[in-house]
Amino acid sequence: MSTETTTAPVKVKVPKEALFSVKNKRLIYDPLNDNNPITVQVLGICSALAVTVKVKPSIVMAIAVVAVCACSNVIISLIRNIIPNRIRIIVQLTVVAAMVILVDQFLKAFIFDVSKQLSVFVGLIITNCIIMGRLEAFAMANKPWPAFLDGIGNGFGYGLILVIVSVVRELFGAGEIMGFRIIPESVYTAGYFNNGLIIMPPMALIIVGIYIWIQRSRNRKLIEPN
Amino acid sequence: MHKDSNKATFLFSSGMVVVIAVMLSVAAISLGPYQARNIRIEKMENILTSVGIESEPKTAEKLFTDYITEQVVLNNKGEVQTAGTPAFDIDLKKELDKAKTGNQDKQLFPLFICKKDGNSFYIIPLRGKGLWGPIWGYIALKGDMNTIAGVSFGHKGETPGLGAEIETAKFQNQFLGKKILDEQGNFVSVKVVKGGGTSANIHGVDAVSGATITSDGVTEMFKRTLNNYIPYFKKAKP
Repeated sequence: MSTETTTAPVKVKVPKEALFSVKNKRLIYDPLNDNNPITVQVLGICSALAVTVKVKPSIVMAIAVVAVCACSNVIISLIRNIIPNRIRIIVQLTVVAAMVILVDQFLKAFIFDVSKQLSVFVGLIITNCIIMGRLEAFAMANKPWPAFLDGIGNGFGYGLILVIVSVVRELFGAGEIMGFRIIPESVYTAGYFNNGLIIMPPMALIIVGIYIWIQRSRNRKLIEPN
Repeated sequence: MHKDSNKATFLFSSGMVVVIAVMLSVAAISLGPYQARNIRIEKMENILTSVGIESEPKTAEKLFTDYITEQVVLNNKGEVQTAGTPAFDIDLKKELDKAKTGNQDKQLFPLFICKKDGNSFYIIPLRGKGLWGPIWGYIALKGDMNTIAGVSFGHKGETPGLGAEIETAKFQNQFLGKKILDEQGNFVSVKVVKGGGTSANIHGVDAVSGATITSDGVTEMFKRTLNNYIPYFKKAKP
């Protein structure tokens, strides 16, 4: 780890850097832990509650968000110097919407069953504040390569939480992971029941809360001074 | 030309809209056939599930042509229609909606006849309203056109754990062996009611607790859709 203090990865990039310089690597690592979009920036909570009942749709959702976030970051970064300032939010939204529609069309054509489970939530990636947030805060001020890494990093940061929450929910809610039975039948005959509460959205919020608690107790930098 | 001038703003936005519109149209047109195929295969799978034939997307088309020997289109008097839309392509929602505008005589109803292990099954599509959106399904009747051999339900967005339970095997298995006609041969349908699941009640199944509106929706769906097939069954009865 470098010794510099943690800040949001919104910095002006120095020209002629190596592709995977320390700074560029941080663009990927930071969102996984110190600057996680869900647990630290508290963005994109809504879809994290909705799609995490099962692991498989969560993974597909995470991949979709990584794709949309990385592609739109690169596109906005490429055209950042010709976007008229007054309509920049509209431009960002249009690019994100186009990417999301593309992803949705691909899912419907090639992984139909998962696309049914995700239903409206793929479309709602458009409103996921993580993506708009990264476009406005990072892609508008950085070159395409760092913007791409930033998009990948934040997408994975989001996906990581989705997968962790969905593993807990599917394990205790259905006794399975990815559709494979983990809790054996003999435990059920001995009187064990699947937890019906855990498949309801409020429990996802509580699991995210527990994750934040664990993360902050291990990583004291994240605790606010007061 | 400065990038923040009015002219540049207009040019940029028009250019962007055109580029994105072209890109999305190309994607929609080129992926369209794959999506349409997925929807057809899903429909085949649902029809097969109602007679208890498990299928996967890869095998569904073959199993469907093997087992579904006849596809019949009926009008609301129970007469077989030979010309017009094939049974598989009929949109039941549109047909049921015709009743609202007084076009009952134009309604068309699809019926799928399945031969499995030497027995005939009559498969009827269902459509109705749940709490949050549409619910649908297929019901398979045995050769006597009265006893239920199987059902499969789907829904758009019923509450997980409550209304969505209609999709589970536990709920659907209750329908097996129930009858839609009374002893005089009159149509009574099957009712989803609290405490209806006793074996003595041949016209009732147990409702899902906490999902009264979805359960009532299933009852209504059975009554409304099956009613249209009764004239045909009365004529065709062996």
